Amino acid sequence: MSRGRESWWWVLLSVLLASLLTVIAVPEPIRVLRPFWLALIVIYWCIEAPDRFGIGFAFVLGLLQDVLVGTLLGEHGFRLAIISFIVLRFRSRLRFFPMWQQALAVAALLLNDRIVVLLLRAIAGEFAIDWRYWLAPVIGAALWPWVFLLLDDLRSRGRQRES
Amino acid sequence: MPVYSAEAAPRFSDGASGSLRLLVYLALAAACMATDLRTGALREFRVLAQNLVQPLHALATAPLRLARGAREATAQRSGLVAENAELRQQLLFAQAKLDRLTIVQEQNNHLRALLDARQKLGLKVQLAELIDVDLDPYRHRILINQGLRHGVFVGEAVIDAKGVVGQVLEVAAAQATVILLSDPGHAVPVRVQRTGLRVIAYGTGDPERIELPHVPFSADIKAGDLLVTSGIGGRFPPGLPVATVYEVLSDDSATFAVAQAQPLAGFVSANELLLVSDEMLALAPLPAAAATPELIGPPVGLMAESAEGEPR
Repeated sequence: MSRGRESWWWVLLSVLLASLLTVIAVPEPIRVLRPFWLALIVIYWCIEAPDRFGIGFAFVLGLLQDVLVGTLLGEHGFRLAIISFIVLRFRSRLRFFPMWQQALAVAALLLNDRIVVLLLRAIAGEFAIDWRYWLAPVIGAALWPWVFLLLDDLRSRGRQRES
Repeated sequence: MPVYSAEAAPRFSDGASGSLRLLVYLALAAACMATDLRTGALREFRVLAQNLVQPLHALATAPLRLARGAREATAQRSGLVAENAELRQQLLFAQAKLDRLTIVQEQNNHLRALLDARQKLGLKVQLAELIDVDLDPYRHRILINQGLRHGVFVGEAVIDAKGVVGQVLEVAAAQATVILLSDPGHAVPVRVQRTGLRVIAYGTGDPERIELPHVPFSADIKAGDLLVTSGIGGRFPPGLPVATVYEVLSDDSATFAVAQAQPLAGFVSANELLLVSDEMLALAPLPAAAATPELIGPPVGLMAESAEGEPR
């Protein structure tokens, strides 16, 4: 099915881009402010194509990120599985939210994710955080509209060219 | 198309199977994490996967490398000349120091020969470069561009020009993960250089601070003391500088002192690193057991005398 293939290409591209943005070196003071790029990608695809990209998809991406940034194997899988589950649950509402409300929802998701990390690492017994830890979700939410519009735009252009 | 029934039916069943699937995946992830944390069973998989993501790391560092290359290509001649002069001067100083050390080393060898001590093998030193990617900011890990292919092994000590950085944690084909001194899960056995007091320094999660808990109040340790590796445990070769103590307090129970020290290595700024290991360690993990009996009992000379002395 050509439409399915087209979609996969965009997924691959977005995942690749998000992975690069995750590991690319930035100056030390803003390192902790880096948003959870892969989560934004997962949220996008779960809203757009929930029949193909569900919890399993999120879990596999999480494993990829674990290897990429050297966290415990399964940690990001755990986090992304929770995110994708919540998104799928509220998908029908999220889809028709105005952009600012969607961004707020993303902020809540990412904040929840931070709490999950805190719990996971407290169990694993190796964590020391400061207040900047809680800023990353805000940045992520602020970036959400741009990510969403960019991916939407690229995809619709691709579709137009095909037809 | 019956919109409502199509909407309602899948959503209901979706919900139930969705939560079941979530639970399955969460259990899977938890099992993975527990295995990874407590056993080494997933290490092989990690190394394999790291080899697969290596191109991604390389791609992520490409812009930085390009920028650096461009800067080097367009560097001002005068700047280079000045840098060259400065480096020459530093080399001169280093050479002078080294000459003095050579004399000391010779004396040392001579004295050791007199004492008939086992000759210590030299250090194996290997240059490594930092791969400029950001790993999780709350886990103190860095990547270096040397791996299995270059003879790196798990537990090898990593230092920079100023002091100990950490040790190798995982080795992939052409890169290795290093755990930093500052990681809360890391400990390094150290010695206070001034007094010889042996303690263990733990990471705190703050790159600017490591901690020495459980120091007896009677111990002689104070701000300004230099900590060097003690070599106990066999991971770090002895004598490498680690940190300077800047504060000694009493702990919460007021039965022990806690010393705070600042690591000497620049975790953030360092670009070139050295991998060091005792050659002895790399070749054979344990010293030969046959050597131990000789060390027990009176020295050889005395033994001969007493053996002769007894019949008389």
